[in-house]
Amino acid sequence: MRRTTALLAVIAILAACGANGTTTTTEAPADTTDSGTTASGEALTLYSGRNENFVQPVVDAFTAETGIEVEVRYAGTGELATTIMTEGDASPADVFWAQDPAFIGGLAKEGYLTELPEDVLSLVPERFADADGRWVGITARARVFVYNTELVPEEELPADIWEVTDPKWKGRLGVAPTNGSFVAFVTGMILAEGEERTREWLEGIAANEPQIFDGNGPIVDAVVAGDLDAGLVNHYYLLQRIAELGEVPAANHFFSDGDPGGLVMATGAGILASSDKPEEAAELIRYLLSEESQNHFLGLFEYPLVEGIGTPEGQLPLDELPTLDISLTDTADTLDPALALIAEAGLS
Amino acid sequence: MTTLAPPAAETAPEPSSPRRRRAPLPLWLLAGALMLPALIPIAYLVWAVVRPGGFDAGGIPAGRLVELFGSTARLMVAVTLTTSILGAATAWLTTRTDLKGARLWSTLLTLPLVIPSYVGALAFLGLSGNDGLLSRALTGMGLQPLPVFSGFWAAWAALSLWNFSYVHLLAVPALRRMDPALEEAARGLGASRWRTFLTVVLPQLRPALLSGMLLVGLYTLSDFGAVSLLRYETFTRAIYTQFRGRLDVTPALFLSGVLVIVALVVVWAEQRARGRAALYAHRPPRRPVVTALRGWRRAAAYGFLGTVVAAALVLPLLTVAWWAIRGLSLGNPVGAVAGDLLRSASVSAVAALITVTAAVPVAVLTVRHASRATGALESVAWSTYSLPHLAVGLGFLVVAVRFIPAIYQSVLLLIVAYVAMFLPQAMSAAQTGLRQVGPSLEEASRSLGVGPMGTLWRVTLPLLGRSLLAGGGIVFLSAMKELPATLLLRPTGFETLAVHVWSASSELFYTDASVAALVLVAISAVPLYLLVARDLHRT
Repeated sequence: MRRTTALLAVIAILAACGANGTTTTTEAPADTTDSGTTASGEALTLYSGRNENFVQPVVDAFTAETGIEVEVRYAGTGELATTIMTEGDASPADVFWAQDPAFIGGLAKEGYLTELPEDVLSLVPERFADADGRWVGITARARVFVYNTELVPEEELPADIWEVTDPKWKGRLGVAPTNGSFVAFVTGMILAEGEERTREWLEGIAANEPQIFDGNGPIVDAVVAGDLDAGLVNHYYLLQRIAELGEVPAANHFFSDGDPGGLVMATGAGILASSDKPEEAAELIRYLLSEESQNHFLGLFEYPLVEGIGTPEGQLPLDELPTLDISLTDTADTLDPALALIAEAGLS
Repeated sequence: MTTLAPPAAETAPEPSSPRRRRAPLPLWLLAGALMLPALIPIAYLVWAVVRPGGFDAGGIPAGRLVELFGSTARLMVAVTLTTSILGAATAWLTTRTDLKGARLWSTLLTLPLVIPSYVGALAFLGLSGNDGLLSRALTGMGLQPLPVFSGFWAAWAALSLWNFSYVHLLAVPALRRMDPALEEAARGLGASRWRTFLTVVLPQLRPALLSGMLLVGLYTLSDFGAVSLLRYETFTRAIYTQFRGRLDVTPALFLSGVLVIVALVVVWAEQRARGRAALYAHRPPRRPVVTALRGWRRAAAYGFLGTVVAAALVLPLLTVAWWAIRGLSLGNPVGAVAGDLLRSASVSAVAALITVTAAVPVAVLTVRHASRATGALESVAWSTYSLPHLAVGLGFLVVAVRFIPAIYQSVLLLIVAYVAMFLPQAMSAAQTGLRQVGPSLEEASRSLGVGPMGTLWRVTLPLLGRSLLAGGGIVFLSAMKELPATLLLRPTGFETLAVHVWSASSELFYTDASVAALVLVAISAVPLYLLVARDLHRT
């Protein structure tokens, strides 16, 4: 009989836990006032390809200011884009914020995004928004060559992106070929150089047996620790590490103006066509472009896209930053070939 | 403790019940219905591959598929062999020798099961590389730092260290329950110790070893966290890469379907290899033969057990704790863990409770009314258990979003997925319990005029209590550790401990990941110790 009692006790405990679980689910992520419900009584859903540390403070501030609750699903940009395509009209998402222009452009092209209000689009320079107004850039970041200053002497630094395929970089390089920003860089390269040249470059990189990572952060960490000589990443990861750790033996190397390796990309946000709360969704995007939010992003070393906010400390102003001159809108058209080429080169 | 063991292909007939009652139709319907949730997404995935014109690899080159088969098979074979040798050795040393503290050793050798492979991988990363714990110790002594652990050998070591306990867990009862008379006879006829082991002990151990190898092999096939963090390319990692790297779910579905088919083939092959051997003999009349270890052999045995425990349990926990403490003292940010813990524990507990409840009718059907048809039902259950969680998760995601959008991204769907994936664990525990009890008490109850439901409630369930608790504990543990399906199916904002560890470690926020990992391990250790490890050496 003792056994039965034990079992019943455990079931009671489990049931109690279960009850707790149900309440936690319905609770909003931020414990702000409960006055904040949207018109339809449900929270706004943001699919964020940017990480939690970057996004959550801004979202919390938005909820505090507007009373609109926001639930955020954090995952990779590509995962979320595929998820949205799989969900179709049933998508719970209202807003998608990608870390690059290519994947969100791909969604726009397939009709998953609705046109943004003119006042939102006009907040940022034209080159950092979709030509058809379906996504708007929130911040910009530059592709760079990050290197360990103790392992890579300055004279060895590649003059252009092609030099990275030189056999002297064999086994010394880190890349994240399935990450949104790398994919976007390849879409840019195809626009500038054509598919054949891009294929050659990818095959050259693959032949150099780079270390494959899922994301940029771990590449920069490996370079800082001296476990890796160099990597192809976005500019701000290193700046964040320097802010945390002080002096580190690593630096960003920028390619020259017009080099495909130095694409300056927007992180785009858009509203889903299937959203039943487009008003609130636009409100959220407006807030991401508010002075307060833009300053938050500046503090994390990304380029704010609203004019007059400033430039990350110690960096060139956005207008002077070397970049490949292509239309970010067009990167959506080269997304499919870019993904195919990366796969064919054996990098994904 | 056969909780984790798939049954033999055809169950040996129940000695205590010569007559077999035909199963009532409602029981059949109930058991079939309980199996259904697991079958739907799997059927969908297989259909995605085999339907006419469905062989659409979404542009994945055939050469790539071959490469993936090769790299996955290489890892699976290496890990399976390593764990079976390691697990058989630890089981033998703790049951058949006169080493001191066998029960304590055995508990320590079982506890690595609470370390999910992605936490182990996290520890590997924290140990190696210029900034790693071990490297710092080495450079402190004037030696070279270790390179970052990654690739095949790292994945092999991680999966072997955090899976060999399955083999240990299965081999211990098998070794304890062998009839010593056979070994004594062999020795008496002049066979050497070694020859006795090879020709008498090993064949009797075969079913347990094969079960263990099946569990480990299937786990290796499906592991997602460790191979991703340690950057070794396998099928599951490729599925994830396709899922995130394409604007189309088809290639990922295709690869999942292929992986499902591979897993089914592995289960089938194992059932063939095991043949008709029953898992365990009945309780032996006497204590098993014990080998006295003396001198260097004794020292080497302690050294071996100590090394295994150090590598699989002490070192990873120490590393993770060191990163947590170092990070906290540096003031690194740590995400809130309490909410994650509550969500993980409650959703796992509810899943465990439902799974155990669902397991009872299935177990009653397959044990008390065993027939060829119930054998098939059992095989189906084990086949679903064998499937890679990432593939199952993807199947549930697509099926829910296309056909039942109301439950998409809900706690309900997450629990249904856990129940579907872990039902066989609870079923197996309930079956073991039923077999030990035998039907005579139930028959007595029926003959005294109590109905079938009354008998179930007043006789069978109370007798099954312990087995069900053990089964529930294992399901709870599995659900706490589960990562890939949780990543795909969790409601938005529903972070669990596993998801927390994963997202923090893939961004290399070591402090944050380590704190969450320690909490996860600590909570998982409780049911494992109470329900499994503690009882392993009791008869």
